[in-house]
Amino acid sequence: MDLLNALVAFLNFVFIPAAAYGAQLALGALGVTLIYGILRFSNFAHGDTMAFGTAITIMATWALQAIGISLGPIPTALLALPIGIAGCALMVLGTDRIVYRFYRKKKSDPIILVMASVGVMFIMNGLTRILIGVDEIRFDDGARFVIDVRSFREWSGLSEGLALRTTQLITVIVAVLVVWALFWFLNRTKSGKAMRAYSDNEDLALLSGIDPEQVVRLTWIIAAALMTIAGTLYGLDKAFKPFNYFQILLPIFAAAIVGGLGSPIGAIAGGFIVAFSEVAITYPWKKVAGHLGFQSDGLLQLMSTEYKFAVSFVILIIVLLFRPTGLFRGKSV
Amino acid sequence: MKKLLLATAATALLAGAAGAEEVKLGMHLGFTGPLESMAPDIAAGGEAAAKEVSDSGKFMDGSTVVTSRSDTTCTDAAASVAAAERQVADGVKAMVGGQCSGETIAVLEKVGIPNGVMMISPSATSPALSTIEDNGLFFRTAPSDARQGEVMAQLAKDQGIESVAITYTNNDYGKGLADSFQAAFEKLGGQVTTSAAHDDGKADYSAEVAALASAGGDALAVVGYVDQGGSGITRGALDTGAFDKFIFPDGMIGDALVERFGTEIDGSIGINPAAEGDGRAKFEELAAAAGFDPSAPYSAEAYDAAALILLSMQAAKSADPAAAKEKVMEVANAPGEPVLPGELAKGLELLAAGTDIDYVGASSVELVEPGESAGSFRETTITDGKLEVVGFH
Repeated sequence: MDLLNALVAFLNFVFIPAAAYGAQLALGALGVTLIYGILRFSNFAHGDTMAFGTAITIMATWALQAIGISLGPIPTALLALPIGIAGCALMVLGTDRIVYRFYRKKKSDPIILVMASVGVMFIMNGLTRILIGVDEIRFDDGARFVIDVRSFREWSGLSEGLALRTTQLITVIVAVLVVWALFWFLNRTKSGKAMRAYSDNEDLALLSGIDPEQVVRLTWIIAAALMTIAGTLYGLDKAFKPFNYFQILLPIFAAAIVGGLGSPIGAIAGGFIVAFSEVAITYPWKKVAGHLGFQSDGLLQLMSTEYKFAVSFVILIIVLLFRPTGLFRGKSV
Repeated sequence: MKKLLLATAATALLAGAAGAEEVKLGMHLGFTGPLESMAPDIAAGGEAAAKEVSDSGKFMDGSTVVTSRSDTTCTDAAASVAAAERQVADGVKAMVGGQCSGETIAVLEKVGIPNGVMMISPSATSPALSTIEDNGLFFRTAPSDARQGEVMAQLAKDQGIESVAITYTNNDYGKGLADSFQAAFEKLGGQVTTSAAHDDGKADYSAEVAALASAGGDALAVVGYVDQGGSGITRGALDTGAFDKFIFPDGMIGDALVERFGTEIDGSIGINPAAEGDGRAKFEELAAAAGFDPSAPYSAEAYDAAALILLSMQAAKSADPAAAKEKVMEVANAPGEPVLPGELAKGLELLAAGTDIDYVGASSVELVEPGESAGSFRETTITDGKLEVVGFH
């Protein structure tokens, strides 16, 4: 019984939140890695583009709700996702046309593109705020819980409760589907293969008749889809606030770099590594240890929760020091 | 030229004969910054009292009161000090302000004490202001958070809560109140399992909630803001089943709280500074006539702050803060004839006649040493998703 209680407490406070957060980071990191692998620069505007895509999704959600369409227990925002992705894709294609293409044609150094993306970040930042405001917005509807604490306690007779929010479950399921679809696309389709060829060697790809501009466009569209989905899932699970999307940039980059920039599998692994470290290192293990028979007066907490973001930094530094290409041998930074 | 000189001399003579003067009163409040939405109603409260005194014609042989506003910004101490210096340069003798604790301390130390200007703050609640060296120039009509902590601890204990976890917003207000609550609760024999800060404006509080849940306790004291992290923590604690009973101090009490959580927080305790009594009703009438919102936080306290400044000047028969500061406690507390809002003229008359008064005012003013409101707090419980007033302490 005590073992079960310990397990449930672990699931409730560590595993479920970390898994949902990890899935959100993984999707974000996939986008970063894709842009880095194919367009060869670190896109600092990633977080704010996520916010922009999410803002459009939220407005589409409101429109759907206004005409009375809903998905029952599932959040309406999922139905609005295609509209958000389309809006976000138009936006990034426009940005590429106006900003990045100029530098790409000039064959500028990656660092110049990175700086340009910082500029884009600030503009995107402002645009999102003009579009939807700076306040916190909750747009989750439908059923809040798949498993809620009270009914779980009654059902199991355990003293610990277990909660699984609908949004957490949806986050993980959608992330798995998206990752599967992305890998299928990259490995099985002609366009996917063209993208990988372009990523490996630009000149060689050009010689084999691959249109570079088409590859770039495709990359941006896929990245926009990943960004909007990641942003919407994050907003559904927590709450939408433009500033938080700027802050989430650091863990996303940490995830992408830990896994190895340019490596899609690395991005996913990195997302979960960062998320689980953040949660596990700041979690006080007193309760779990208590159920396992180790009573302790202290909280058994490695680090106070205020230092959550510091964990991403530390992981980033350790990886850069000892394995600069990341765990899955991406391109060196 | 001759005529002009004559006229000037005549005017000076007239003014001198009447003994009347123009007393300048500063409204030094946070008109911009994080509490900018509160400042206009606070200033209106103070100005209403000043106008009442001035219009009565009974203030220090027919002297008049002129008010002027200046901006403290609430967060930028340097800006607040500069604005206060300008007020003093313009001849202000006393100020209603500042609005926030940190900025008030800076103004008191850099402007108030060196220039001998009296300050009565309607809203600075940090316990640090109780122990500050103020040369007797600083008072406040708001209660110290130290007092609120004691009331919270007593109420929790009365409800049979033996152990609590505390989460506080990471600033002067949160830390001060959390510390005073912890000290008071432990003194009563309760156990505090953890006291951890949370930052406002984050998307996700699951790590904070997990830490609080692990520490455990009968109830969770949420010393935060209802529009900020306080609600995030409460939401997380409810969702994960970590706590179902909460203690909410003033920053959390508001309609937003019950709108958000409804019946989920049934049985929780709320505490916020509020007074009952005749003064309150009179103040509401008066505010309606003057055109500002009487239920706005701290506007009643500002009315009382301005009234106390002017009444103590009347009692001292001088606008000099050095004389007036000695009279503040006397005017504010019993014994004496009670004076309610709208009755300032009566108070002025009584003081002129040498009778002692007990200024009750809009917020039932009762000053305790070192010159701050004893504080009257309202206890509420959440029943069926509504705030229900249980009593006053």
